[in-house]
Amino acid sequence: MVVSYALLVAWALVVLFPLYWLATTSLKTPLDVNSGPFYIPFRDFKPTLESWRYIFVDLADDTFRPYLNTVVVGLTSTAITLLLGSMAAYGLVRMKYRVRIGAIASFVVALAGAVAVVAAGGPWQLALLGGFAFFLLLLQTVARRFKRALGNDDIAFWMISQRMLPPVAVVIPIYVFFQQLALLDTWAALIIAYVASHLPIVVWLMRDYFQSVPLELEESAAIDGASRYRIFRSIVLPLAVPGLVATFLFVLVFAWNEYLIALFLTSANAQTLPLTVAAQNATRGPQWWYMSVLILIMIGPVIAMAIALERFIARGLLVGAVKG
Amino acid sequence: MSGEASARQVPVAASRRSPLVTRLDRSAGAVFILPAVLVILAFSIFPLLASLYVSMTRLSFSEGGIRLTYVGLGNYAKLLVGIDRTHFLGVTVPLTPLTAAVLVVIYAGFAFLLVRYLRSPVRTVSGFVGRLVTAIIAGALVWLVVDTVMTSGRPGTIVVTLIYVGVDVSAQYILALGLALLVVQRLPGRRFFRVVFLLPMMITPVGVAYLFRMLTDTSKGPLYPLWAHFGLTDVSWVTNPWGARLAVMIGDVWQWTPFIFIVLLASIESLPIELNEAAVVDGANRWQMFWAITFPQILPATSTVVLIRLIEAFKIVDLPNVLTNGGPGTATESLTLHAYTIWRALDIGGSAAVAYMLLIVVTFVGISYVNLFRRRVTAMA
Repeated sequence: MVVSYALLVAWALVVLFPLYWLATTSLKTPLDVNSGPFYIPFRDFKPTLESWRYIFVDLADDTFRPYLNTVVVGLTSTAITLLLGSMAAYGLVRMKYRVRIGAIASFVVALAGAVAVVAAGGPWQLALLGGFAFFLLLLQTVARRFKRALGNDDIAFWMISQRMLPPVAVVIPIYVFFQQLALLDTWAALIIAYVASHLPIVVWLMRDYFQSVPLELEESAAIDGASRYRIFRSIVLPLAVPGLVATFLFVLVFAWNEYLIALFLTSANAQTLPLTVAAQNATRGPQWWYMSVLILIMIGPVIAMAIALERFIARGLLVGAVKG
Repeated sequence: MSGEASARQVPVAASRRSPLVTRLDRSAGAVFILPAVLVILAFSIFPLLASLYVSMTRLSFSEGGIRLTYVGLGNYAKLLVGIDRTHFLGVTVPLTPLTAAVLVVIYAGFAFLLVRYLRSPVRTVSGFVGRLVTAIIAGALVWLVVDTVMTSGRPGTIVVTLIYVGVDVSAQYILALGLALLVVQRLPGRRFFRVVFLLPMMITPVGVAYLFRMLTDTSKGPLYPLWAHFGLTDVSWVTNPWGARLAVMIGDVWQWTPFIFIVLLASIESLPIELNEAAVVDGANRWQMFWAITFPQILPATSTVVLIRLIEAFKIVDLPNVLTNGGPGTATESLTLHAYTIWRALDIGGSAAVAYMLLIVVTFVGISYVNLFRRRVTAMA
């Protein structure tokens, strides 16, 4: 018990000290920051709200607009990702999928055709439609002859493999992608990008949580005549709440803090807060005091959400469900 | 609520459903998975193909704008055998007795595992070929790491990245598991610790990088008394390759331990407690209970979260970029930062080639991990 507390407090200090340093730095003048370490406000240095005033009063709209963008993009993309991701995860856990090798080959061939059309100078809209029609044609004719198929695990691995390429390699194609759709510098672009890039994580995490939902419950509901959708909504989702909460927090944090994609897809209108933080690294070096304020106001809402949601990650939600 | 009650009273409910509902229910498999598959597919194929093409070109400025010249595998050759070899792979030197001994031990381990597989009753030809290929590629990577780190050579960005991933993910996992086990106990104040332990993950990675640059500053940072005590205030730790790497790794462990912590916590919390109660009745101690009951049950969650962290850790970029700018020299430069720096120097093709090499390494690690570890774990569960 004493040992447990000692360890918990030790790690809490490791976590909290850097945050304490952020908080004190936000109250220092540039001179105080640059003339050596001062630890305790009032004793070592005279705290000032100058940096906070600069961020909220001088920058005003340049702080509030990114803030609103971050909130809207973060919450919307997280909600959509969680919905689509848990559906796919449930499908992968409880149903059997077989993707024929022939279907994949048809897709690759049709894709190659479409790429060739674009490379030859054709419009991409036409190539896309033509490629899709060609794909359906192949699927109905040639693809049926191949029997080998990929299963659920392969689908899941394909999904997570989409996160393997570093963002720096794909930002230009993604930029071109949204430029063609005329969505640059909008919430929609960021939301679509974040949903697509965070879906694999949701699918993988939720798979494990759904796996631990007792099959007996679902079976008895099915005998009672509940549809798959009803079982998913009324039985599986409520029982997987701890997992849903944990996953929600992650995806929200990822979307909230994403930097590189936001840097490329947004300019003045849809800019998010991580860009504002990075922008405080001016020509004369990083402006620690402004940066500290921004980081603190950025994590505020997320901490509030973590405190509100923490109680859902509680033991015993599943206990008794099988017996009852 | 009332719907639930009436459904229970119908003996053969399926016959009473409308045809539409029955049809929808039959295609439930597709309805559940297709939205996610289509979103990922639509969004991933074009960037993947486009950057593959770019990795085979060279950007140049000409009259009327920029042009991409096709150079085939030139960018890759530059990394593996050309002028960027020392940057990417590092400086290798002839083997010393020490490194040779280390390599012999590791390769003997690989050979032992292969032989054991050949003798096991479950062996298949494809399984053996897969393991052989894995052993050869892993052997090459091990050789690269040993020959550049344990000798007077210099590790390239690929080796530095492998070191980051290996050290960071293991340290994060051990710390996170310990912390999760500590906070599931019924201690007063555990909710406070749970929220506090999540905090580092919530700061934007760029912010964490600047925060650690502030903390590790030898003349203005909070550790100044410590540096002063050892007389290190003038010599910046950034000039020492291992000091700089250590700082980067500490930052990464600090930030991402919460990720593994919360997944393991949620997993432990959702375990049924009957088994533990039975074990207590049988007089098992806590250590036995952990190894026999808790650990096997959280293995699936473990294998998932470690895979996700592996993939994300390979893409580490903000910390080395802000903290050390990749220095001294390229000592702390990760593969993603390598791609990023030459990208800023407008070598777009070379940058895409580095990114694709990273993709190849991560795919190899990911597939080996799934086949050799995860599949066994999920089969057990």
